[in-house]
Amino acid sequence: MANTQNTDTEQGGILSWFSSTLGQILISLFVPIVTFLVLWQGYLFLQRAQAPQIIQVLVAIVWGVGGVALLYVVANWLVLKLPKPWSSRLQPFVFVGPAIAIMGWFLAVPVVRSFVASFQDRLGQEFVGFDNFVFAFTNPRMLETFRNNLLWLVFGTFFSVAVGLLIAVLADRTHGEVIYKSIIFTPMAISFVGAGVIWKFIYTYKGVGLNIQEIGLLNAIVTALGGNPQPWLNIPPWNNFFLIIIMVWLQTGYAMVILSSAIKGVPAELLEAARIDGASEVRAFFNITIPYIKGTIITVVTTIVIFSLKTFDIVRVMTGGNNGTNVIANEFYLQSFTYTHKGRASAIAIVLLIAVTPVIIYNLRQFNKERKGF
Amino acid sequence: MATSAKSQKRSQQFWTNFILIIISIIWLVPILGILITSFRPSQEVFTSGWWTILPHKENIEVDRISIADSVDVDGPITIEGITATFDEWRTGIELDDGRFIQWYGNKRNRELVVYDEQWVGFNTDLTLKNYSDVIGGKTITYKDGQGNTITRYGNNLGGAFLNSLAVSIPGTIIPILIAAFAAFGFAWLNFPGRNILFTIIVALLVVPLQIALVPILQDYVRMGLNGTFLGIWLAHAGFGLPLATYLLFNYISTIPREILESAYIDGASNFTIFTRLILPLSVPALASFAIFQFLWLWNDYLVALVFLGEKNKTVTIAVAELVGEKGQDWQLMTSAAFVSMILPLVVFLSLQRYFVRGLMAGSVKG
Repeated sequence: MANTQNTDTEQGGILSWFSSTLGQILISLFVPIVTFLVLWQGYLFLQRAQAPQIIQVLVAIVWGVGGVALLYVVANWLVLKLPKPWSSRLQPFVFVGPAIAIMGWFLAVPVVRSFVASFQDRLGQEFVGFDNFVFAFTNPRMLETFRNNLLWLVFGTFFSVAVGLLIAVLADRTHGEVIYKSIIFTPMAISFVGAGVIWKFIYTYKGVGLNIQEIGLLNAIVTALGGNPQPWLNIPPWNNFFLIIIMVWLQTGYAMVILSSAIKGVPAELLEAARIDGASEVRAFFNITIPYIKGTIITVVTTIVIFSLKTFDIVRVMTGGNNGTNVIANEFYLQSFTYTHKGRASAIAIVLLIAVTPVIIYNLRQFNKERKGF
Repeated sequence: MATSAKSQKRSQQFWTNFILIIISIIWLVPILGILITSFRPSQEVFTSGWWTILPHKENIEVDRISIADSVDVDGPITIEGITATFDEWRTGIELDDGRFIQWYGNKRNRELVVYDEQWVGFNTDLTLKNYSDVIGGKTITYKDGQGNTITRYGNNLGGAFLNSLAVSIPGTIIPILIAAFAAFGFAWLNFPGRNILFTIIVALLVVPLQIALVPILQDYVRMGLNGTFLGIWLAHAGFGLPLATYLLFNYISTIPREILESAYIDGASNFTIFTRLILPLSVPALASFAIFQFLWLWNDYLVALVFLGEKNKTVTIAVAELVGEKGQDWQLMTSAAFVSMILPLVVFLSLQRYFVRGLMAGSVKG
């Protein structure tokens, strides 16, 4: 750029400057158009879906990842083509723009759209005032989901954290710590759907009759102890607890890992001093370790509480929400996609959002505290 | 004194290990159960528990006794020196030598079975048939508990596996790339609205994704993105970006200022600095989040169900369908569950260290 400006005083320089600028503009138009066409062809190829599946999958991966990288390169290249003040003003938005646009489209704007829809009727055509919220807080189905989510929240969180803490403390004193922790942690890699299969198999029930051998572990144990087999997932309200056990099985590992590293941060001198003063292990644990790791416990509890509020997959796969096991997220799913009642679904989503609002506020406060001079 | 303290310590060690071993067994047995079941022939799965492949005592049929036509089955019947009514025989009677005799079938059958308790185990033939059945997409046949042959269509879990790869790999890399660009922008570039925009990202960290499903599905239907890989990548990017940006920002903003300044003095552009300096330096943080996001995507059910549905179904959808169909084909369900679990388990166990680091860094996710 600087060079062309120096030469434009010469005879014919204006022309060459003009033609080079025109060339620049043409290239600037040409490159994005070609990029767009290439990506569009990839999209059409994937839509038509005629090639063998393995080829399609490979193309999808290359196209998706390569496409995004290419878009950044082209956008940056384009912005640098602009005159100086503009290019430096716009370049930050090449970096943060896509992220902001996507988060806006997928999270920020939907909050507003769902909020509006929660005051509209099933098709989102007319305003119905607070009808959907009246439904959300008075309908017996909804009240059942609130009760169940409360059970998930209280018992699921309590047992995940308590067992996680127990294992973290005990494993800390053994030589096999790594092995124990790996075993408890492993379910974290398993999907809720997979965990659903695993536990449904444990709870499975064949019925009472001559020569029937239970193939579900729980019923086999119960019959071996002389009891009668039960259809565990069909007995309200206890079936909720059989589902919550699955969550505990999945989430304890998370609580354990986080709490374990916090426990290792408790100064050994503090504990040693307490022991010398004659405190028992149990007292030292409750009076020193627990207060010391309080912050971490709050974080873990918060995460698991949020998780329990949104629990969906386990219930969906195990019982479909029948027999008194329905939860908020499943009712949301039913309202949105089975009953297609947009208004009610949105109201339920808003209720979920309200439930996590304290955490949002807490996060923002923490953030402001940590980054005074951001 | 010293020895008693020592023995006390030893007994403490014993009980600690004892409790941990019990808990570990409780945690592992459920997985073991489906692993074993997935390799057992269907007929056995229907008729006996998976634990029966372990050595155990069982009543084995050793003999059959027929009753002569001359005996009146309505009166008391004497067999092996024991006299009892039909109903008693039907419930079964245990002999002094441990054998157990039970009437077989109805009254007119006139036959009894003699059982003896014997040690059995490790005599089950394990098979890979369940896996080939469930992975393939063609019609399959297997035997049920009564020995009848059942024919049904396969679940094509192999195809679902490929789809899950097509969802998870770009679905992991794309948001990480976008988040890394954004984190660099927020950490090192100046632009109007920087503070407020980042505050909004922090607020979005725990917003439940349910809030977005209905409006986004509407957009997708209108744009023809429903059921496409692009659609689900974008959705997962949208839901994963707040955490990804936040975590990477925390990491990238701690890179020493001098490193970047010397690069700027050398005349490097922002883009060069980002690709040549920031990305390589951030590899540990990127890896942590990548594992996190990959497991989340692979195991996701809700988002895939809403935005992909029947078309391009993923492993979680395929397994959930199998469970929902009738819910009794355990040999198929267990092997399907294992197919869906194998990749995340391998990734997880081999890269646990990075995963834990990511977990520590971003404990609260929406």
